[in-house]
Amino acid sequence: MAAEESYPEELKYHAEHDWARIDGDTATFGITWYAQNSLGEVVFFEPPDVGATVSKDEVYAEVESVKAVSDVYAPLSGEVVEVNDAAGESPEVLNEDPYGDGWLAKVKISDPSEVDDLMDAATYKDSL
Amino acid sequence: MPVQYEGVGQEHLAVRSGCGVFDVSHMGEVETSGPGAAELLQRLLSNDVSKIDEGGAQYSVLCRDDGGVLDDLFTYRLSDERFLTVTNASNHERDLEWFRDHAGDFDCKVEDKLADWAMLAVQGPEARGIVEGLASGELPKRFRTAAIEVAGSGCLVCGTGYTGEDGVEVLCPPDHAQALWDALTDAGATPAGLGARDTLRMEVCFHLYGNDLSEDRNPIEAGLGWCCKEDTGFIGSEPIANARASGTHEKLAPFVLPERGIPRQGNPIVDVDGETVGAVTSGTHSPSLGFGIGMAYVRSDLTEPGTALEVDVRGKHRAARIESRPLYDPAKND
Repeated sequence: MAAEESYPEELKYHAEHDWARIDGDTATFGITWYAQNSLGEVVFFEPPDVGATVSKDEVYAEVESVKAVSDVYAPLSGEVVEVNDAAGESPEVLNEDPYGDGWLAKVKISDPSEVDDLMDAATYKDSL
Repeated sequence: MPVQYEGVGQEHLAVRSGCGVFDVSHMGEVETSGPGAAELLQRLLSNDVSKIDEGGAQYSVLCRDDGGVLDDLFTYRLSDERFLTVTNASNHERDLEWFRDHAGDFDCKVEDKLADWAMLAVQGPEARGIVEGLASGELPKRFRTAAIEVAGSGCLVCGTGYTGEDGVEVLCPPDHAQALWDALTDAGATPAGLGARDTLRMEVCFHLYGNDLSEDRNPIEAGLGWCCKEDTGFIGSEPIANARASGTHEKLAPFVLPERGIPRQGNPIVDVDGETVGAVTSGTHSPSLGFGIGMAYVRSDLTEPGTALEVDVRGKHRAARIESRPLYDPAKND
């Protein structure tokens, strides 16, 4: 089942429809409700490698629906410390729970000041 | 026709397990009639038109002089001297012109019927039952056609489709299309869009013009030699006979990515040494099989089912295996 449209207040948002949940010096990344809804049923996601370096505003993964491939942009820079292998096995979880079980990667943030460039939920919602 | 109504995957599975309805009114129609109609079509179409009896249907390709494919089409024989040929929307004008350019030597009339017919494809194991419940008479069998009333209006019902499932395609006057659509969906047919139409046809390895067929490819390399009867002398028959006799450098081959990845049109096919040996013309995630599938023109010596190759999916090499047609067999899964 697809999730209801929502943009949780506690998350930070990137204009390419990605979110970050910041917890100390670590951030969890995922794609927003809007992104998964635009894609349709997600049928493929390959997690990045643990240990890989990701850079803010750059592509670190791809998600695919039956009809399209979509790049996933890193909202912040850092090193990948954990990836959601379960989402690789069952990519439909990106549709079902984009802010929960559908998370994609956890990153050790290298530049905390980048957080200031991200949008809060209300600003992101207005941008849609 | 939208890409999807509720979702490609669920529409796809509705067709495989029950019944889906597609609005394919964008398809074109050309009517050829008169004492010389059969003769003209025999000259233009690759298959043996004399084998279509009244109420029959036949698949063929339309070729240039050099054997390049202009379109792939179904032709229905409505009566002894009246034929209806269904064209691909993007090729309709060119097909029509081609028909007219060659009609001069034959005692027949070529008419553009695009605006006269809407077309709904009703497909799936439950499709015939649903249409039967709305029809005034018995439905035509596979590859047959019959003029009967469906949902209260005169239609041309054809036992054809593009999904590999049983079902019919219903041609009706455009002003009846909405009522027919409503009657079919009320009776349980699931609205299905272009996305599901594409994934369904790929699972059963049906060609899509513009992807798997083009003017640069002849029907032999496309795997459509079965619908080419060169002894009829159709336009393009000579180079096609030569291609059949000498073989082609590449062939269209179905393949799967059983492990990871989704192939897409244009992705290179790579052999075990990393050499490019072909290119994907159609690719998707198969909702029925749960992995990536596609078709590609590949160097002919590498097209045996079971051959291990790789697809370069945006820089990542994914393990691929050549398979035989179809990639999914509805008859074995009902």
